[in-house]
Amino acid sequence: MLAAVRAASIGDLFAEIPEEVRRREPLALPAGLSEAEVVAELRRLAGKDVPATQLVSFLGAGVYDHYVPAAVDAVVSRGEFLTAYTPYQPERSQGVLQTIFEFQTAVCELTGMDVSNASMYDGSTALAEASILAGVQTRRGQVVLSAGVHPEYRQVLATESAGYGPRPRTVGVRTGAATDLDALAAAVGDDTAAVVVQQPNFFGALEDLPAVAELAHAAGALFIVVADPVSLGVLEAPGRLGADIVVGEGQALGNAMNFGGPGVGYMAVTTKLMRRIPGRLVGETVDLEGRRGYVLTLQTREQHIRREKATSNICSNHALNALATLVYLSWLGKDGLPQLGLHCARKAAYLRERLLALPGVAAFTAGTVVREFAVRLPRPAADVVEALVPQGYLAGVAVSRFAGLFAGLVPGGEDAGDAALDDVLLLAVTEKRTRAEIDAFVAALGDLLASGEVGDE
Amino acid sequence: MSDSTGLRPDLVSRDDAAVCRPPAADRATIYERSRPGRGSWSLPELGVPEVPVAELIPESLRRTRPARLPEISEVDLLRHFTGLSALNYGVDSGSYPLGSCTMKYNPRVNEGAARLEGFAGLHPYQPESLVQGALELMHELERWLAEISGLHATTLQPAAGAHGELTGLLIIRAAHQAEGRAPKRIIIPDTAHGTNPASVVMGGFVPAPVRSDARGGVDLDHLREVVAGGDIAGLMLTNPNTLGLFDEHITEIARLVHEAGGLLYYDGANANAVLGISRPGDMGFDIVHFNTHKTFSTPHGGGGPGAGPIVVRDALVPFLPVPVLEQGEDGRFFFQYDRPHTIGKVRSFYGNFGVLVRAWTYIRSLGAEGLRQVSETAVLNANYVMEGVRDLLDLPYGDRRCMHEFVGSATPLKKDGIRALDVAKRLLDYGVHPPTTYFPLIVDEALMVEPTETESKDALDRLVDAFHRVAQEARDAPDLVRSAPVTLPVRRLDEARAARHPVLREQFPEDGEGGA
Repeated sequence: MLAAVRAASIGDLFAEIPEEVRRREPLALPAGLSEAEVVAELRRLAGKDVPATQLVSFLGAGVYDHYVPAAVDAVVSRGEFLTAYTPYQPERSQGVLQTIFEFQTAVCELTGMDVSNASMYDGSTALAEASILAGVQTRRGQVVLSAGVHPEYRQVLATESAGYGPRPRTVGVRTGAATDLDALAAAVGDDTAAVVVQQPNFFGALEDLPAVAELAHAAGALFIVVADPVSLGVLEAPGRLGADIVVGEGQALGNAMNFGGPGVGYMAVTTKLMRRIPGRLVGETVDLEGRRGYVLTLQTREQHIRREKATSNICSNHALNALATLVYLSWLGKDGLPQLGLHCARKAAYLRERLLALPGVAAFTAGTVVREFAVRLPRPAADVVEALVPQGYLAGVAVSRFAGLFAGLVPGGEDAGDAALDDVLLLAVTEKRTRAEIDAFVAALGDLLASGEVGDE
Repeated sequence: MSDSTGLRPDLVSRDDAAVCRPPAADRATIYERSRPGRGSWSLPELGVPEVPVAELIPESLRRTRPARLPEISEVDLLRHFTGLSALNYGVDSGSYPLGSCTMKYNPRVNEGAARLEGFAGLHPYQPESLVQGALELMHELERWLAEISGLHATTLQPAAGAHGELTGLLIIRAAHQAEGRAPKRIIIPDTAHGTNPASVVMGGFVPAPVRSDARGGVDLDHLREVVAGGDIAGLMLTNPNTLGLFDEHITEIARLVHEAGGLLYYDGANANAVLGISRPGDMGFDIVHFNTHKTFSTPHGGGGPGAGPIVVRDALVPFLPVPVLEQGEDGRFFFQYDRPHTIGKVRSFYGNFGVLVRAWTYIRSLGAEGLRQVSETAVLNANYVMEGVRDLLDLPYGDRRCMHEFVGSATPLKKDGIRALDVAKRLLDYGVHPPTTYFPLIVDEALMVEPTETESKDALDRLVDAFHRVAQEARDAPDLVRSAPVTLPVRRLDEARAARHPVLREQFPEDGEGGA
């Protein structure tokens, strides 16, 4: 082959690289390993972890431990899907194009929206992109967010808005953990591009979507809802309650937790916003003999055509995770998704009732809950979480880890500062938790709180 | 074959006579396959009180109409998706010389690695004491990427290359602001990927285009002019660039930009050419992103997920997104959020960890020597294919050595009325994925070919042969080439119609015209 390319040595091929930037010594990396050795090394590292899936876990806050049926992996492991690039040649990519079209349909059906894209990276970046879209559409400079939006999503939106897009302004939640609608009304004005709430919100409280929609629209702002797709099995579709953009995280639908990624973001909009949506869109068409087929479409929105005038820089999305989500939703089907939603809601209601019966435990999230809720403990939640690990429980998320992001935004008074959240524990219940596990967990927590061994009052 | 296409049967490709396209019913959507009452799902025992729905969820919040998800048995579900997979094409199917995309083999060991329960089963908010293995893996990968790039500190958080670009630009912005400056212009060559100018705008900057010279590198005179215009925040460059050429003036480019107060961003889309051979940090770059789904063999999944970790020079470390992974004196790894100069958070949690496990597996498998061989072979293979098609295509930079890819022009076929698009479509009939077409924009009728290092000489010979057969057909049977593909489940698709009348979701019969 060297002769065919008129080179005397491999080194000749790199002769055009200037001497001063050519590397002489080898990279300081470990030597290569056989497959057997690398697998052993991976097992050693993975063996240092104790995964949530091997414990009794009540962790949620954006990533959920739902069961993933075997059919999902059977489909996403197929090399024709796994090892394909973005479908730039539609005639040889009808498989992935049709699955994206079917995914777009599923997202539209779940959210009650008109148009879905092919997926985003995750829920947080989907929200940041939705905010940019709203800024461009309304030509306004501010986005008003509820503190009930996941704190990391709020952080990501704030980071990205440093360059482009509306600047965030956050309003608090009231007692019971739903958004303070009076504060929201006061914050919305002539420069508000969009109003954002999450459903159910970070604390599991359910927001009054029609009221927020009215407030946003009266000010000429768009209404963005961050929606949990599993809950949409039982909760009204935001698209029927006035949402202009619905975004969220689809990890819970058929994806492993993966330490937080990859999951899959989604974005759905009204027809009016179709030409501003970021990312890939698949549309139906016909071939020159009239057969139905699918292509990437409306590409003049996109970076590879429009460059600096594109609606976003997004190129790669999370197609394989979107496929997992589609397989999962098809496995659950029209009846299975609502049944899953009810199942989780019943177990969550049961757990909350049992917890609130413990001395010193009080509600933080009020009203209806569907999978997740927060309680106040008579001890610092972080200490409680740590104390229950040796017994095999992941008790939930101690909200104090986000304390700075809730300063002045939760009931308890600004005087309390960060301490206002020290005792708040956020718990999620999926179908994987059994009644026996829930009962044993409540008993263990009760014993711990009664022992007085953890934290101070 | 339909007579209306004007095909000459003697010139139809080898297996064309045997084409048997699946009837439309076999390509039904999963919604069309749905039948009331069917399903695959099962749920564990409830065990807790079965509170009536009306008590559980008030009517004002309750869903009024279920999502019309498919009702389908599990075997039919598997058949549906298996059928669709057969209509798709991946690296597992055959050669995939899609320029700038580095479609190398994705080792299956990567997949097993990412599925280990000690990785896939981790929740991001578990106590750090329970995730030390994952953090150790991330920490090692960070150090390896720093070594490969010749820079100092890595963040694994960006979810894709374009996301890495945005993160890098926000770092550039923060670095200037820390010095009390707010320059607006980011220099971008006319050969740049489309993500570059789009990211520049999202980062709050303005793109300042710079031309390429006759040898395909940055035109230094024009660069000096652009720099003299002032207000320079930085430059984004791919090296080797999208013409597959290493910029011979890279150190001079770096000097000019640095002297103007700008920072240099390396788009790592083409890093597969220079692993262990030349490091961006040594070239003068300050920030680098890698596309793990290109360079480090993580599968592209039909459009993602990827990962776009970035590595920065020491002076930029304070601006990295949070959290930053650190190791305590006791050897324990932990996430540090308390970083006063950070740009903030760029995505939830810690990045696409499952993708990063695959990249770790690849680098650990190959080691320093293996990575160098990757680039050597990738460059050899690209040069081999370039020589193989030299008499067919115009090679505007054919007097230079290409790196991991080369750009040819289909203009010699224009006299027969054949365009790059037609070549691409006809290559599909020969069972290979076509090159990237019409990019970079500065080459007329561009075909951008990146064979990658994992193609055997036999596969490269077949690829070259396919080019030759298509070129022959362009002369002898141009109508055939223009009507290609003819052997696939669908013929050429009407993209204009798709854009003019967008149908972006299933149209359910009960909704009538116009959808739900």
